[in-house]
Amino acid sequence: MAAHIEVHDAHGHIHHPALQHHFDNMEQQKEAVSIGMWFFLVQEIMFFGGMFLVYLLFRSKFPMAFAVGSNHLNMWLGLLNTIVLIVSSLTMAMAVWSAQTSKRNLQIIFIIATMFLGSVFLGVKAYEYYDKYESNLIPFSNTFRWEPEGEHLIEERKMIDEHAAPNSVEREMVANNYYQFGNKVRIFFWIYFAMTGLHALHMIIGLGIMLWLLYGAIRNRFSSEYYAPVEISGLYWHFVDIVWIFLFPLLYLLGRHFLE
Amino acid sequence: MRENVVGDHESASRGDESIVHDHVVPIPVYLGVFAILMVGTALTVIVAQFDLDKIFTGANTFVALLIALVKTSFVVLFFMHVRYSGRLIWLSVLGGGFWLLIMFAFTMQDYLTRAPGVYH
Amino acid sequence: MQENLVINNTQNLPVYPKLNYLNNGHTVSSWLLTKDHKRIAILYLLSVSVFFMLGGIYAGLIRLELLTPKGDLVESGTYNKLFTHHGILMIFFFLIPSIPAVLGNFLIPIMIGAKDLAFPRINLLSWYLYIAGASFTLWALIQGGVDTGWTFYTPYSTTFSNTYVIATGLGIFINGFSSILTGLNFIVTIHTMRAPGMTWFRLPLFVWAHYATSLVMVLGTPVLAITLLLLVVERVGRVGIFDPALGGDPILFQHLFWFYSHPAVYIMVLPGMGVVSELIANFSRKRIFGYTFIAFSSIAIAVFGFLVWGHHMFASGQSPYAGLVFSFLSMVVAVPSAIKVFNWTATLYKGSISYDTPMLYGLFFIGLFLIGGLTGLFLGAMGLDVHLTDTYFVVAHFHYVMVGGAVLAYLGGLHYWWPKMFGRMYSEFWSKLSAMIIFIGFNLTFFPQFILGYMGMPRRYHAYPEEFQVFNIFSTAGASVLAVGLFLPLFYLTYSLIRGKAAGDNPWLLPGLEWRTTSPPPTENFIETPIVTWEAYEFGEESGLYDEETHHKSEVKPVSLFDQN
Repeated sequence: MAAHIEVHDAHGHIHHPALQHHFDNMEQQKEAVSIGMWFFLVQEIMFFGGMFLVYLLFRSKFPMAFAVGSNHLNMWLGLLNTIVLIVSSLTMAMAVWSAQTSKRNLQIIFIIATMFLGSVFLGVKAYEYYDKYESNLIPFSNTFRWEPEGEHLIEERKMIDEHAAPNSVEREMVANNYYQFGNKVRIFFWIYFAMTGLHALHMIIGLGIMLWLLYGAIRNRFSSEYYAPVEISGLYWHFVDIVWIFLFPLLYLLGRHFLE
Repeated sequence: MRENVVGDHESASRGDESIVHDHVVPIPVYLGVFAILMVGTALTVIVAQFDLDKIFTGANTFVALLIALVKTSFVVLFFMHVRYSGRLIWLSVLGGGFWLLIMFAFTMQDYLTRAPGVYH
Repeated sequence: MQENLVINNTQNLPVYPKLNYLNNGHTVSSWLLTKDHKRIAILYLLSVSVFFMLGGIYAGLIRLELLTPKGDLVESGTYNKLFTHHGILMIFFFLIPSIPAVLGNFLIPIMIGAKDLAFPRINLLSWYLYIAGASFTLWALIQGGVDTGWTFYTPYSTTFSNTYVIATGLGIFINGFSSILTGLNFIVTIHTMRAPGMTWFRLPLFVWAHYATSLVMVLGTPVLAITLLLLVVERVGRVGIFDPALGGDPILFQHLFWFYSHPAVYIMVLPGMGVVSELIANFSRKRIFGYTFIAFSSIAIAVFGFLVWGHHMFASGQSPYAGLVFSFLSMVVAVPSAIKVFNWTATLYKGSISYDTPMLYGLFFIGLFLIGGLTGLFLGAMGLDVHLTDTYFVVAHFHYVMVGGAVLAYLGGLHYWWPKMFGRMYSEFWSKLSAMIIFIGFNLTFFPQFILGYMGMPRRYHAYPEEFQVFNIFSTAGASVLAVGLFLPLFYLTYSLIRGKAAGDNPWLLPGLEWRTTSPPPTENFIETPIVTWEAYEFGEESGLYDEETHHKSEVKPVSLFDQN
């Protein structure tokens, strides 16, 4: 039988206004943007992954310095931010739900709620950064000082000495060379700023996306027919949340048990 | 075989078979996942206060990562609707994680097998 | 069935279609703001050609300096910049975007019967990111350049180099996102935009190869991006995660860098393999031997390519155990490459081969890639590599893969699809001549470098002992021949745009979907959505290519395009 090219009539029905010309139908368009977002997230996984590899390596190289550095972070603020982000993930999921069920007002409410929580997160983060600046814990600065002040100093030094593994290079450095050790703590703080900074940048981009969604929601663009933009923005938001789910224990909690 | 394939085209559409499905997740499921995430967060913080390294070295980190992974799974499966999505989405999630592991494992296989004193 | 044929190859005089993507708008903004994948491909074609030429000039200067043993043309610092610029321009701004962004961009939607890529605006954004990154880098090069080598090894790049590392690094960082978005676009397009009936195993192997390439782009490039970002911040902020003096780890940089940059080799060569699969099958007029093997070997290369990066670090302080593992896996990655070569060879067997210009490039590719690949095995063997590390053997090896492989495949593909892209035919005489000159010049340039490397001449030095001079003279002479060969297409291809004969829709008489639309194609690629009912590379009666009246089947090229003059 001969092969041939036939007319494929894709124009039998009325197009949704959001359908782009190179797609046949809304379903195809939705699949494309969905898969596109997922592969973008794969890209994001590898992007953050490089940073996590840096963390993994230095954490395993300088466990004590990391524990010390971590104990300089404010766990309660980290916890607060974790909770804020998880709630914002819930509101984001609800925003998608409201789009899927064509509830315009609920969409607007949930998007605004998500934006509010995202801003709270960034505000807390900014306060933490400021606090680190005040405590001379900015790794780029020449005034970087990792030693804690006051009565904590003795306690922490004792903790370091006790936990340094015997026969390790680590112990010598801890015992004899606080300059070297300071460099390691500095690396912890550099990694802390790099990872949380990258994460915060993603949050800011996320807020921009939310603003755009809000505009669309106010214009009543999204409904059960067409909610792909809300859906994929949600995917992005949840991804950023997941990154934080890992960052919180890895940065804020890793040295807590040494204080026990 | 050929006839078979041609026959399929009568109602043919583009690309792969449907990958993304419209699925409205009921609100109680979202709330349940939210509760699990909160409990997980509380658990991470509480566990971190105890020195589990007495059990085996790195136990604290292990537990923290385990909880984080469980939390992630719930976010991915329900908030991100992967549970209701097609194979390609599953594949991309697992593939992304797997590639990350490749990067970690193959880099660390170098560092962890260095001569004593060179790395540790 | 005859009335259903869109293509009509019975005409003796091919016509240039009145309406096509090229004359659909003539303003500058109709080009610079286009969302048409074909026009974006042309934008890429122009920009990568510029960078190829720039990179070529640097290569020429390097070869000129190496003509004599003494460093008499440039001093060592300048020489360091020359090879760095050559590497950066060629790798990041020519080889990586060349085949995917030009040929892939143009052909993937047409080959699968789609109107465009899935995300046309992101496609345009990719090009702008490419231009932005390239401008950044060019600015750095003009300001004074970089001397770290394209690998940016730390701590030299972070602490000691006094050159424009930051701007160059940012340029490549930005360019990386262009690559990621292109890959993303291809993956989604291949998944969701295939015409009805275009199943996965009816896809041309070119598309399979690009799918595999896109996976590497999406999975690998972000790691390079974060690495360069860390490098830049370290250089600005003087915090030492890569600087051993500050407690950092320079080997970590190498791990991160090669995690991307080894797979990047496959970003460069996999699309080339896709092109060659097309060329070999189509110019042998035979269904390709072992279709599924070639298709899956692309995926296998993409996956295994991620597991071997440590073979760049055998002599860097990596543990011997890790070296062993990476060495073994490097041998493994040779298997899928070999599968491809065997299948191409088997395709040639009993095919009705025609030696058109693209096919010449295809055949050259097989030979040169074979040499490049096998010498790669030498280097992948850890023991031998200790002897050959950082010698000209390495330089010759990767030029056989990158130039003999990727560049020749790119040129082959360009010649093969040129009539489709522009609807005009180029001069057969000049194109064949140029292909032969390139082949001879290339071998003359790089084969002596294998010997030089084996004798122990180190790479990246501007002066060398006198006993190496003979081979260096051969090499420089070859480079001049190569340059002539590479300049010729610039002239005859440009000339073909002005005076070339209309190529007709299907000048090579082939069954692929891209040959079933006009040349150049209309903006929406196909007037009617095609429904695919044939297998890939189907040259039998079923392909609908040959009708009873003219019996074109046995003829290689019924429409004579040049010999009429």
